[in-house]
Amino acid sequence: MKILVGVKRVVDYNVRIQVKPDGSGVVTDGVKMSMNPFDEIAIEAALRIKEAGQAEEVIAVTIGPKVCQEQLRTALAMGADRAIHVETDEEIQPLTGARIFKALCDKEAPKLVILGKQAIDDDNSQSAQMLAALCGWPQATFASEIAIDGDSATVIREVDAGLETLSVDLPAIVSADLRLNEPRYVKLPDIMKAKRKPIESITLADLGVEQAAAIKVLKTAAPAKRQAGIKVESVDALVAVLREKGLIK
Amino acid sequence: MSKVLIIAEHDGNTLNGSTARAVTCAKDLALDAIDIVVLAADGSSVAEQAAAIAGVNTVLLVQNPANENAVAALLAPQVKALSSDYSHVFAPSTTFGKDLLPRVAALIGVPQISDIMRVESATVFDRPVYAGNAVVTVEAPAGIVVGTVRTASYPVAPNGGSASIEKREVAVDLPAHTRYVSLSTGGGEGRPDLQAAATVISGGRGVGSEDNFKVIYSLADKLGAAVGASRAAVDAGFIPNDHQVGQTGKIIAPDLYMAFGISGAIQHLAGIKDAGTIVAVNKDADAPIFEIADYGLVGDLFTVIEDLEKALA
Repeated sequence: MKILVGVKRVVDYNVRIQVKPDGSGVVTDGVKMSMNPFDEIAIEAALRIKEAGQAEEVIAVTIGPKVCQEQLRTALAMGADRAIHVETDEEIQPLTGARIFKALCDKEAPKLVILGKQAIDDDNSQSAQMLAALCGWPQATFASEIAIDGDSATVIREVDAGLETLSVDLPAIVSADLRLNEPRYVKLPDIMKAKRKPIESITLADLGVEQAAAIKVLKTAAPAKRQAGIKVESVDALVAVLREKGLIK
Repeated sequence: MSKVLIIAEHDGNTLNGSTARAVTCAKDLALDAIDIVVLAADGSSVAEQAAAIAGVNTVLLVQNPANENAVAALLAPQVKALSSDYSHVFAPSTTFGKDLLPRVAALIGVPQISDIMRVESATVFDRPVYAGNAVVTVEAPAGIVVGTVRTASYPVAPNGGSASIEKREVAVDLPAHTRYVSLSTGGGEGRPDLQAAATVISGGRGVGSEDNFKVIYSLADKLGAAVGASRAAVDAGFIPNDHQVGQTGKIIAPDLYMAFGISGAIQHLAGIKDAGTIVAVNKDADAPIFEIADYGLVGDLFTVIEDLEKALA
């Protein structure tokens, strides 16, 4: 079977985010960009399924401008077999992204699609669910364990109440949570090898996808800051202030 | 007529408090009506609890054996069928709402607004991005507005209402491709719910081991508090995942949050910035958590907890 994995280029998770003074967005010029950490986990999950002999091919997909090929190369260096770059300079929101992945699912007929549970830039956490809706396929979001068993999969999901187990028929969409795995480090020979792996570039028009009605961002602001507090010298002093505020008895 | 439909989160018997938080947010929309839908196998008691929330007009009760457990692939087509009577469809931004609502939005064919933290108008909202390090003001396009509500931004709507309860049949085909198997809870028995508790005691990597977490639990019990944790503590296996607080865990807003041995990664801080008072105890005086703590105490967390227990005795 084939596994399709989504890869998004985002501001690196270590970067301290700064809002532009004119409210038009956050500063991205000269800022380190990386693969969305949840997508790295998704790639790793797909590779492990392949290495267990349960899949033949892992295909990494990204949507965005030319520079996003850097993240596809990372996915290829990790071990993906080939990559698809849906090239566009337009902003792509989750519903349009889901339409693109739906078109790719029609074309590639994967048995499994693994996406990160959210991108750490817009924090939407929508793409996997929307894709599942458009395909009419099962969804298993926030996965911390995936076990493939023939034509179905058992997925353990991290939910507010604990760990939920779902059984889904394949094809299915899974979204990767933090504890699904620890992604491998890419070694230099793999980076060299990845340069020879194919990246197919296509456009929204090639896929017959039109932009969905979009949410308009009117402005971007810095969040309200908490006032810096004080250091207390002792437990007694701490207990005294908390009692005074009525927070403890 | 503009109306909002809120999807109730529940376990079959009890309405989750996040639903009443979504009602508080929905009031800011200033629409003609606020309705709640309870999708359940039976759900009678859940519907009664929903009807008691002040400001709710009608509770729709959709009884179907397929609704025994909240499986998004089964609930979404039912919500979509009901949505045609509404201008807005909301759910709490819990793992329940985050799983379900994007599927609903895509079935309807509209985008979804995640984590609404402020309502500016019926179509304009504020929401956090980049782990809460920026806030965007967004406008929904024409069509049904589908959104999840950041529950930490809204208090629970009080009781005192008496909405009517209407049973509804929803005639849609439900898929058989997704089966609920089981739920294992993290053993928080008898302790307050992390997302509803007035006080939360949290431990991080500095706690050191699963065994050491006993001191966190002990202090929490003394204060009637819920127990939280940083991602590092959960990753290390000190405590189950449902205690994780932060960007990818639970976003909470207790009156008092006490962090022990948590350095304060931005992803963790994203989960607590709405807390009333933050207390941080860490042996590293330069830990970033002190930058947002109201009261910081530099010291060994075990000694501090021991002294706290004595002082509270």
